[in-house]
Amino acid sequence: MKLGFYPGCSLTGSSREYNESLLAISKAAGIELVEISDWNCCGATAAHNLNKELSVSLPARNLALAELDEMSELVVPCAACYNRLVMTQHELNEDSALRKVIVEKLQMPLKNDIQILNVLQFLEKYIVPRLDELIKAPLTYDVACYYGCLLVRPQKVMQAERFEDPMTMDVIMQKLGAKALDWPFKTECCGAGFSVSKTEIVGELSGKIVRNAVGRGAKAIVVACPMCHSNLDMRRPAIESYLQRKVDIPVIYITQAIALAMGLSPQQAGIQRHFVPVNLTVNR
Amino acid sequence: MNKEGLSYKVRQSTGVNATECYQCGKCTAGCPVAEHMDLRPSIIMRMLQSGDEKELDEILRAKSIWLCLTCETCYSRCPMELDIPKIMDYLRQRSLAEGKVHRDARDIVTFHKSFLNTVENNGRLHEMGLILDYKLHSGNLFQDVLLAPEMFSKGKLHIFPEKIKDRQGLSRLFKGQSKNNKS
Repeated sequence: MKLGFYPGCSLTGSSREYNESLLAISKAAGIELVEISDWNCCGATAAHNLNKELSVSLPARNLALAELDEMSELVVPCAACYNRLVMTQHELNEDSALRKVIVEKLQMPLKNDIQILNVLQFLEKYIVPRLDELIKAPLTYDVACYYGCLLVRPQKVMQAERFEDPMTMDVIMQKLGAKALDWPFKTECCGAGFSVSKTEIVGELSGKIVRNAVGRGAKAIVVACPMCHSNLDMRRPAIESYLQRKVDIPVIYITQAIALAMGLSPQQAGIQRHFVPVNLTVNR
Repeated sequence: MNKEGLSYKVRQSTGVNATECYQCGKCTAGCPVAEHMDLRPSIIMRMLQSGDEKELDEILRAKSIWLCLTCETCYSRCPMELDIPKIMDYLRQRSLAEGKVHRDARDIVTFHKSFLNTVENNGRLHEMGLILDYKLHSGNLFQDVLLAPEMFSKGKLHIFPEKIKDRQGLSRLFKGQSKNNKS
């Protein structure tokens, strides 16, 4: 079975392991993710901070290209790209004047009705129903599932019912054999796009998240967003400098957790690409 | 209301009516960066209500509008469902267009501009290009010097950008779109 796929820029670079693990588990489930031909960057935070039109036109080009490729569903694993694509689809459906301007610039037709799936929606629809047969090596540790901002807010557009205490990742992790801990930082902000320009704020915000997860007894933090991952993993020195102590809790993508539970090798899951070493030990 | 004034323009451009705010303070209470802000979200809403041009000028010169991470927590908790992040996007674009960016926020703006530069040049983000462009324009040459080699060794950094094929389609989107745009 084939599904449309928008990897986004991070998945080709700094969060390669997210891409590798997503493709590996999809393949194991008999799903081929087909990239939109000639896709471009969604514009991310930079575009919506500096230029309203670009923040809509850049994602819109991808939506139009996906329609040309005759895709009906589009899997968007990066939470930031997902948020920009869904917001764009929403704005263009609400604002016909803006839509006219954008379609003229694109010089492509745009029905704007493609079904956009974030990674959790994709997993729930296509992977979770098959987990019983696919799990070969159940996980045996306690985890803190961290959702961040972009998958749940704004809740009306994201259609997130439990936007303060989401459970979709928790349910998946339980199915994999792990224990998903109850904790209060599930949807706190990690510092997002300040990774380079205000690293100390990332250290503080991500530090509070990591500290709480460790305090609750988690052996790993599970994420579904490249920005959350790079802030919690790659920015660990900034976190440690804020917390004034060493913290060795690893941060894994939900797709990596599934890959490991499926019995795929750590290399296939891209575990070796992390900054914080992943040594997951049995804790019960 | 003064139709030339910022309050009116905020409402007109974003569709968000700041006068509906009744100052409960939930936005500020939930804001992850409130303690670093010079003007907290609920204060900005109050100042927009006043319509006092001197106060509005202060908003555009504030560090706060650039510290806002668009995490959307304020919007998700606002009892009046006021889209404060949307107002922040508008205020940032005005602040930039009027040359009123707070000095502590210059690195943030430089980073966003460097980001859009690599997208305009390639169609996709080139992380190595972004870091180099940012270092050059921010003057923070030695920041994270040890990070790039480690990213590279983990296969996370590409020397050369991936470029999209439809160059014309891309430049149409950027045509006339300044990175200091007002809209």
